[in-house]
Amino acid sequence: MAEDLKLMRTWSSPYALRVVHALKIKGLEYETVLEDMTKKSASLLEYNPVHKKVPVLLHNGRPVCESLVILEYIDDVWKQPPLLPQDPNEKAMARFWANFGDDKVMPLTWRVFTSEGKDQEEAIGPMMENLKFLEEQLKGKSFFGGEAIGYTDIAFGWMGNLISILEEIIDLKLVDEEKFPLLSVWINKFSDDPVIKECWPPRDKMVEKFKVIRERYLKQAP
Amino acid sequence: MATSGVKLLGAKQSPFVTRVMMALEMKSIDYELVVMNPHLKPELLSKTNPVHKKIPVLIHGERAICESLIIVQYIDDAWTNGPSILPPHPYDRATARFWAAFVDDKLVPLLGQLREAEGEEAKELVIKKLSEAFMRLEEAFINCSKGKAFFGGDSVGYLDIALGSFVGLIRVVEMMNETKLLDETKTSRLAGWAERLYSDSLVKDVLMDPQLLLVQLQKFLATMPKAASE
Repeated sequence: MAEDLKLMRTWSSPYALRVVHALKIKGLEYETVLEDMTKKSASLLEYNPVHKKVPVLLHNGRPVCESLVILEYIDDVWKQPPLLPQDPNEKAMARFWANFGDDKVMPLTWRVFTSEGKDQEEAIGPMMENLKFLEEQLKGKSFFGGEAIGYTDIAFGWMGNLISILEEIIDLKLVDEEKFPLLSVWINKFSDDPVIKECWPPRDKMVEKFKVIRERYLKQAP
Repeated sequence: MATSGVKLLGAKQSPFVTRVMMALEMKSIDYELVVMNPHLKPELLSKTNPVHKKIPVLIHGERAICESLIIVQYIDDAWTNGPSILPPHPYDRATARFWAAFVDDKLVPLLGQLREAEGEEAKELVIKKLSEAFMRLEEAFINCSKGKAFFGGDSVGYLDIALGSFVGLIRVVEMMNETKLLDETKTSRLAGWAERLYSDSLVKDVLMDPQLLLVQLQKFLATMPKAASE
């Protein structure tokens, strides 16, 4: 049964990739609507008037916005395979760590990436402190979700391709295999998973894009 | 399900803690409020919430659950008797989650910015942004309530909790800045909703009177380092 599903996304957005991964895992077919954030389409502004951002999932013409909200919606409507655990406590933990990623890990990683010199040195400590929590969470598990990729893994999916890209650009190890062995293994396992692998945007284009972003930040810095 | 062993670490003045109390009240769950001021760094808080060291923390038996909206959803998942907090339909659930995230990501930081703003001009700028946010929430109310009393329909639901927990603080901010944010002219539906919330039998007992909250918050804020946010 074909669902009426459209995903408004950009070619590189890690948030949109979360939805791509989730739809792939659920085996759902959908139409991609590529957006250009420098020239937002009238549709995007209509379907996401509050944030004017991607991703937007359109299901039977009705928009769902905000990547983690979309993940929960997809899991609610299409039950198999489940992304979130059934147990209420495990479900709460899955949500907690996904939020932690967005509230702490991502901004701190971004701060390290968009700074240099002393600013960068000062940003590294807090980032490492927070990565320790993630390392702890992977003890005895293949994925954050347990034996299979789940909600939290998808939420951290950005680390799957972006970490090595950022490391290449700033010539600095962000996730060191010695300090974070479990997280390093997870990054490789997640990014090489057959369902995930084919969704990655072209690496060279990503390197180029993020180089430009970093330069823009460094120019603006006081 | 045994309701002994449910503890809530927090303080009534915190809107985030109020969210959890609203959910516990809705489900008629017996709990003990363990009063805690996070800025005094109590050890129990570091143990149960090592990542953020913030309130609220719900302790249910052996488990500690953190982050107010996550706790509210946990309560809804773990106690299936009593009224549902999240709406039944997946699309309505997504809508409620979207707007709850809007409250946390847009509205709450603006309230913090208003407190930090120095000078009339800076304050006016933040108040303007807050008014815009409330206009959005007014539209959200019209869409979600579908003509009924609450965001959740006939009775209080997830989004009523997410935003309703902040009404007391919003009234305090209005008093302190001599401005109107939730008012009968610009956001008439929300103003009506706020009144109904404070009369609702399920949750009214845990919603703080704004006058009382003003006094207590001033005491609480005096313990807070200037740069910290809540």
